[in-house]
Amino acid sequence: MPEPDLVAAALAGDRRALARLLSWVENGTEAGQAALAALYPRTGRAHIVGLTGSPGSGKSTLIGRVAQELRQRDNLVAIVAVDPSSPFSGGALLGDRLRMQDLVTDPGVFVRSMASRGQPGGLARATRDMIGVLDAVGFPFILVETVGAGQAEVDIARTAHTVVLVEAPGMGDDVQALKAGLMEIADILVVNKADRPEAQQTIRILQTAQQLSGPAGHHGAQAAGPTAPAAAWSPPIVQTVALEDRGVAELVEAILAHRRYLEASGYWQRRLEQQARAEVETWLQRHLLALLRERIGDAQLDEAVAAVYRREQDPASAARQLLEIVLQI
Amino acid sequence: MERKIRVLIAKPGLDGHDRGAKVIARALRDAGMEVIYTGLRQTPTMVAEAALQEDVDVVGLSILSGAHMALVPRVLEELQQRGIGDRPLFVGGIVPPDDVPALKALGVQEVFGPGTNTQTVIEFIQRVVHA
Repeated sequence: MPEPDLVAAALAGDRRALARLLSWVENGTEAGQAALAALYPRTGRAHIVGLTGSPGSGKSTLIGRVAQELRQRDNLVAIVAVDPSSPFSGGALLGDRLRMQDLVTDPGVFVRSMASRGQPGGLARATRDMIGVLDAVGFPFILVETVGAGQAEVDIARTAHTVVLVEAPGMGDDVQALKAGLMEIADILVVNKADRPEAQQTIRILQTAQQLSGPAGHHGAQAAGPTAPAAAWSPPIVQTVALEDRGVAELVEAILAHRRYLEASGYWQRRLEQQARAEVETWLQRHLLALLRERIGDAQLDEAVAAVYRREQDPASAARQLLEIVLQI
Repeated sequence: MERKIRVLIAKPGLDGHDRGAKVIARALRDAGMEVIYTGLRQTPTMVAEAALQEDVDVVGLSILSGAHMALVPRVLEELQQRGIGDRPLFVGGIVPPDDVPALKALGVQEVFGPGTNTQTVIEFIQRVVHA
């Protein structure tokens, strides 16, 4: 199918066309680039909700439940679930769908799994572009599941409006909760598997950490200042038992409350501006890198690498010299 | 950017033995493919929907229950209804030799029995995807 047809078909609700479009974008094809360009004016409407947390904390199951709850409230939902690629083979086992069985045959839900393809940070390079496609074709909610994240996989904060950090009981003491990284970017904290005996201790640890830091949350903190509303966002702690569908309605309420906060505080708009800048900068880097690689060529690059390897030149100087040659400066 | 082969590995029907499916999924992962593993007890509709949404290049069904002659035609039908009947389909598991020609006549590209070398499956997938 030629490219304009696929875009039109996807916009008209053809799920096969949408799936193929997502592949083009994921693979960075020229047709994918053209489709993104055509669809971009339609983006910026969806509420993008990121779920992050350690492997095994229950992200996939919970995301499935959240999607069901949103469906019951008559919303279309798209899910993008990222799992890691093997650093050795480049292959991946994408198993997040396994936990979302109830959604598979619902025509109001679209689930897409993707591999991280070597990108650190918890998302894949193309995740944001794929979200853009799903946004453009009219999904009002896009739930994004990151790679099972440790402490520093914070890319989701630059991609989502609302970041939900999913913790399972017994994952560490109070000092873990004070460290920089994931805890800082959370807009909503979830203690999943809250029926376990250690859950109350985990909740206390999170509460204590919050009291020490004052209002946190990646959007709450940035919204502070003269233009911030009287009450800054304080990340709520929601208890869930995803397997039994407990606490999920409360979590959805918290997500919707966070959206209302973002809109009232003006942060929703500010975030769109920040994202526009970040995206242009990202593409500038990609285009520039590709251009420079092409201009420098393999031969000159190999020569510079060899000189560094022989300890005749340091890597920073070698790189600068290559740039000076191709840019004639 | 590189193009990865995407494979759906699904277990339709009611048997609960997914070791074979997991061994294949793992082997394909190690061969550099992106494997979407959907787990046990998938209906034909669920298999076809997953294949559609994930835009996979190949669909692999693991069936050990003996219900392949009932399940495979329904999966094929569901794939066709969604306009993706052209995606190569292979079956792994326990299939009596007499049923293999019938499955192939339905449109199944290949049937792999117990003891198949994973390399055989990998090479099959690489061949049908690049064909």
